[in-house]
Amino acid sequence: MARYIGKRLIYMFITLALIATFTFFLMKILPGSPIASADKLSPEQRAVVEARYGLDQPLPVQYFDYMFGLLKGDLGISINQFKGANVTDVILSRMGPSAQIGFQGMLLGTVLGILFGMVAALRQNTWVDYGSTIVAIIGISIPSFVFASMLQYWFGLKWDLFPVALWKDGFMSSVLPSIALAMFPLATAARFIRTEMIEVLGSDYITLAKAKGASGSEIAFKHAFRNALIPLITVLGPMAVSILTGSLVVEQIFAIPGIGEQFVKSIMVNDFSIIMGTTIFFSVFLIVVILIVDILYGVIDPRIRLSGGKN
Amino acid sequence: MKNSKILWLLGLVLVLSAFLAACGGGDDTDTGTENTETEETEGAEGAEGNGGEPDSVQELNLIEGAEIPSMDSSIAEDAVAFNILNNVNEGLFRLNEENIAEPALADGEPEISEDGLTYTFKLRDANWSDGTPVTANDFVFAWQRAIDPDTGSPYGPYMMAGTVKNAKEVSEGDMEVSELGIKAEDDKTLVVELERPTPYFMSLMAFGTFYPLNEEFVTEQGDKYASNSETILYNGPFTLTNWDGTGLTWTMEKNPEYWDAETVQLEKINVDVVKETSTAVNLYQSGEKDRVGLSGEFAMQYAEDPEVVKELEPTLFYLKFNQERNGEETPLANENIRKAIATGFNKQDLVDVVLANGSLPANYLVPTEFTFNEAGEDFRDINGDMLPFNAEEAKTYWEKGLEEIGETEVTLELLGGDSELAGKMDAYLKEQLETNLEGLTVNLKAVPFGVRLELDEAQDYDMQNSGWGPDFQDPMTFIDLFVTGASHNLMSYSNEEFDNLVEQAKGELAQDAEGRWEAMAQAEKILIEEDAAIAPIYQRGLMSLQKPYVNNIISHPFGGDYSYKWAYISGKE
Repeated sequence: MARYIGKRLIYMFITLALIATFTFFLMKILPGSPIASADKLSPEQRAVVEARYGLDQPLPVQYFDYMFGLLKGDLGISINQFKGANVTDVILSRMGPSAQIGFQGMLLGTVLGILFGMVAALRQNTWVDYGSTIVAIIGISIPSFVFASMLQYWFGLKWDLFPVALWKDGFMSSVLPSIALAMFPLATAARFIRTEMIEVLGSDYITLAKAKGASGSEIAFKHAFRNALIPLITVLGPMAVSILTGSLVVEQIFAIPGIGEQFVKSIMVNDFSIIMGTTIFFSVFLIVVILIVDILYGVIDPRIRLSGGKN
Repeated sequence: MKNSKILWLLGLVLVLSAFLAACGGGDDTDTGTENTETEETEGAEGAEGNGGEPDSVQELNLIEGAEIPSMDSSIAEDAVAFNILNNVNEGLFRLNEENIAEPALADGEPEISEDGLTYTFKLRDANWSDGTPVTANDFVFAWQRAIDPDTGSPYGPYMMAGTVKNAKEVSEGDMEVSELGIKAEDDKTLVVELERPTPYFMSLMAFGTFYPLNEEFVTEQGDKYASNSETILYNGPFTLTNWDGTGLTWTMEKNPEYWDAETVQLEKINVDVVKETSTAVNLYQSGEKDRVGLSGEFAMQYAEDPEVVKELEPTLFYLKFNQERNGEETPLANENIRKAIATGFNKQDLVDVVLANGSLPANYLVPTEFTFNEAGEDFRDINGDMLPFNAEEAKTYWEKGLEEIGETEVTLELLGGDSELAGKMDAYLKEQLETNLEGLTVNLKAVPFGVRLELDEAQDYDMQNSGWGPDFQDPMTFIDLFVTGASHNLMSYSNEEFDNLVEQAKGELAQDAEGRWEAMAQAEKILIEEDAAIAPIYQRGLMSLQKPYVNNIISHPFGGDYSYKWAYISGKE
């Protein structure tokens, strides 16, 4: 196991270096200048500002400077969004709210989704099944900006149950955005669990368990549910990353100081160091989650072995 | 089976009703403002504030559209920062309620030498927020810092070069910063030397880049200076608080050290960044915010609302006609072709139907309600409208132009922005021009801002939908954009007479207010009416919703967008 993880860590490092390299050069091809008032400045004046941020250096020099900085954990300074601010500080200050609503949304969505999916599978082709399918379809098909706006309008403005927006009332501020984020994992989990459960419930070993006299709930939880979880975990891992690292739409609508919105904006305004910093941060997160998911497979299903049969 | 169909139907109805509810949302939002409606009728003009006695609680709740990129006055280059700087700091002059630059930190008008090149300012007694006095050296330090190439200030060189003595040389590293034309004679006397007489110099002094900085404090903070609200000193009507450097929220509090603190009535301004207009409107309706800017469809939806406030911005949008692309003359090198296009689209319909945000059709370059002479007359009154929409005339110009270039059909590319509004506007222009000018095909090219700048620089376009906002309060900020070789020209327009008039206005007429005004007006006439070098489209308007208890927020044509110094709350309780 330790050897497997060690090997994976080396691959992770190589993957990251490649991601950083690709992002760096792709980003430099982006049209436009990171100087906000570029349309007003003369070329000489622009050159002075560019020199301040080391953008006057040849590309390879900039690249190696950046990579060496990265090795030392230095993500550089923001060029135009938060001029002069340390990118690490920017990410740290923006990560909290994104992670909080992401975690809550993920938890709520997955738990409810699994519940809906299981009930639907166990009560196949009844109104319970159709009801949960409808919820799942709504969750997948309504774009999050419509859903978030609706939550805001009704629960915030009309019924005054939660804050309309802004990140000021602690947990209360996080309720509506979390629900908005929960819809997608809820729908996904419900659909996956339902399909898998139905398939598992029809398989031979369930029939055997039934024949042995195992109770209905025992079959449902111990046998069917555990096996139905595997495909769900595959999709939940990356989905967790995308939700925990922030959603542009939900953060914008609820005016939450999150990281997702920052990332998109940094690309639009060519804030190179923020683009790099957030990309690397997201990549590390994703790679780590994929590793955890791979380890979890083995825990859930011993048939899936991690280290090619040597373990 | 039947049962399940009903369930499906039920689900469908549910989904649909949810959508309909969301769509209908806008119409019945007035229920949320019931409690304010009674106050509205009390105020004479509703949205303009009721002008009554100030309340005991003086708190204003505002929304900003973006984060603060930097509060360092040498580094700032965006609307948010300049707006806050205008309220928490102060320069030698400040734009007053009538948008005239009046002495602020300067103790009265400066002494100006006969050649108009040396200004001697006396400073009034004023303090920084930590109680230390503001001295002449604070100005010297700030200006030198803004022009120093090591600082990497975008606006320092932009605002000073060609105006303040030696600014260009210093910014390019050819001279020491100490050679910049600013000296502190003593703690209270500041001497500024200029490159050339600059009649609008006072209004420049109200601009953030020229504000003083406390040398000792800034040096002591080093890289940390202005990284959050604790690491800045203030000398304006308010101080900034609760700003962590990257957050979406901050507060401005009345500054007890401000020399004119007795004029300031607001105790506190709570600002939150909200980027989504629908969210901003909801916060306004819920009563959490007192003012919200309306964009796009929201402007249209609330146009008739009694709480709407309209402002006219001095920002002008126009079509640039590129006369030479990739070394070859374009059809736009022909004057009649340009005139045909300039008069060939209906601007009134464009602002009424497509923009619908209070913008004005523009038949001019220098915006209306922007600059005024000593007698208070608008510069706009001199030339009035030039080359207005006229489909008949356009057709005549067009036929003449086609004959001159020997073509029957012309295809032109129209380069524009990639926003929804820009798309709609360019589509409208295409439709209008193709209808009114037979044989013309307009190809639209929508690109992001950065790409547009690159294409502009490479002069790789035929027509371009472009815009400009002023940097100082003088017609020159618009007019000299188009002299031969100017960095904004980039369309091979060149007219010697126009260049000469601009040169005169900047040179020998600089101290002759009337003659200078005349020269600039004549230059504008040549540019727009005689040469049709560009085709003005519209002057931008801005609509906001503002609670009737908010009074006296002053909007400015350049520099900081608003002043809250004179604002107050009345009738909220």
